Amino acid sequence: MRDIAYYPGCSLKEAAKSFEDSALKVSEEMGVNLKELSRWNCCGTVYSLTDDNLMKQLGPIRNLIRARDEGSDELYTLCSMCDNTLKRANSLVRGEEDKRDKINNFMDQENDYEGSVEVHHYLELLRDDLGWGEVRDRVVNPLEGLNVAPYYGCMLTRPKEIGLDDPHDPTVFDELVESLGGTPVDFPYETECCGSYNTVDNEEMVLNKTQTITAGAKKSGADVIITACPLCHFNLDSRQSDLLEVAPNHKPVPVIYFTQLMAIAFGYPEVNKFAEHAIDPREVLELKTKAGSER
Amino acid sequence: MDLTNSDRDLTAEVEELSGENIFSCYQCGKCSAGCPFTEEMDQLPNQVLRKVQMGDGSVLDSNTPWTCASCLSCEVDCPKGNDVPAIMEAMREISLRKNLDRVDLNELETKDLPEIALVSNLRKKTG
Repeated sequence: MRDIAYYPGCSLKEAAKSFEDSALKVSEEMGVNLKELSRWNCCGTVYSLTDDNLMKQLGPIRNLIRARDEGSDELYTLCSMCDNTLKRANSLVRGEEDKRDKINNFMDQENDYEGSVEVHHYLELLRDDLGWGEVRDRVVNPLEGLNVAPYYGCMLTRPKEIGLDDPHDPTVFDELVESLGGTPVDFPYETECCGSYNTVDNEEMVLNKTQTITAGAKKSGADVIITACPLCHFNLDSRQSDLLEVAPNHKPVPVIYFTQLMAIAFGYPEVNKFAEHAIDPREVLELKTKAGSER
Repeated sequence: MDLTNSDRDLTAEVEELSGENIFSCYQCGKCSAGCPFTEEMDQLPNQVLRKVQMGDGSVLDSNTPWTCASCLSCEVDCPKGNDVPAIMEAMREISLRKNLDRVDLNELETKDLPEIALVSNLRKKTG
């Protein structure tokens, strides 16, 4: 079993626990142990865009220091917001010497950090390290006939210097779905923002966007939507059930993490805890796949 | 527009906070064309940028920077390579640094919200 350093982030321990559980299981199946950092803190979730306030960069950078101190030159994340924030903070440290010096001087109890850790998203492990062949080899229940809408959202692909795929025409989710034997459906809102953190103080704005995105996926023939972001998941899943209260004619589409889809294809649907989803995916998955239900 | 009272300090402050050259914007409108939230905004992103160029302080009352979800659609589309989301963040920061928080945690119904939503919202909308 190969160990790789893993930064979970806050949501993976609470709201998105099934994202982590399914990822740990499918990784183990592929001979990879996601070894959680022994100490970590919140990454801040959103990268600070102001030029003068470096305090907001300390959170993500401390996590990179933890990874370095535990002997890792690579760090993997599952949450696309953590991935984005850690990568951008790392890029700041690497590219802007004066800011790096200020940050290092401020955190004087730590050894200086120069940007030595390479941050990767789990999808990069699948695509660039293990390869799709390794994924295909583990499939025991091919997702034949299952139409999957890949929802990339914002943080996996933007900004382009940081993104893991083309910001206008990403394909990594499509390649994953094909490797699992399913059919990726082309839908127009795959990189359109769900409203993100505005869900807290402007629910209506998010409901509008949830309706557009999920109805767009449905119209394109999707049985299920996949995501890599716990906030997108909340906005498309929980907010979709809120939407049904005001728009009863809306045809709901379940939203699951891409690792949950892998768990189904790998034969471990029981890790998915689909009963916790607001839009229950079990009916459509049972109908469409041999092993969609929890055993 | 009456420019006799234009607020050049606003232009300079936005440039300082964002690290962007606001005058490199030539008003092509691509940011607004690609923005998924213009329906919710009282002014289009390119209009906000124009007002900042002109030093029109009334733009600080716009809901546009608070509607911006930092989704970076405009950032990847801008032909001048401007970081428009950083300019929106600078405008939020001008208010937040005067202790004018946009959301009040005590007023929010937070029970069902995941931590990722709360942390990101409070990072963007409180000082």
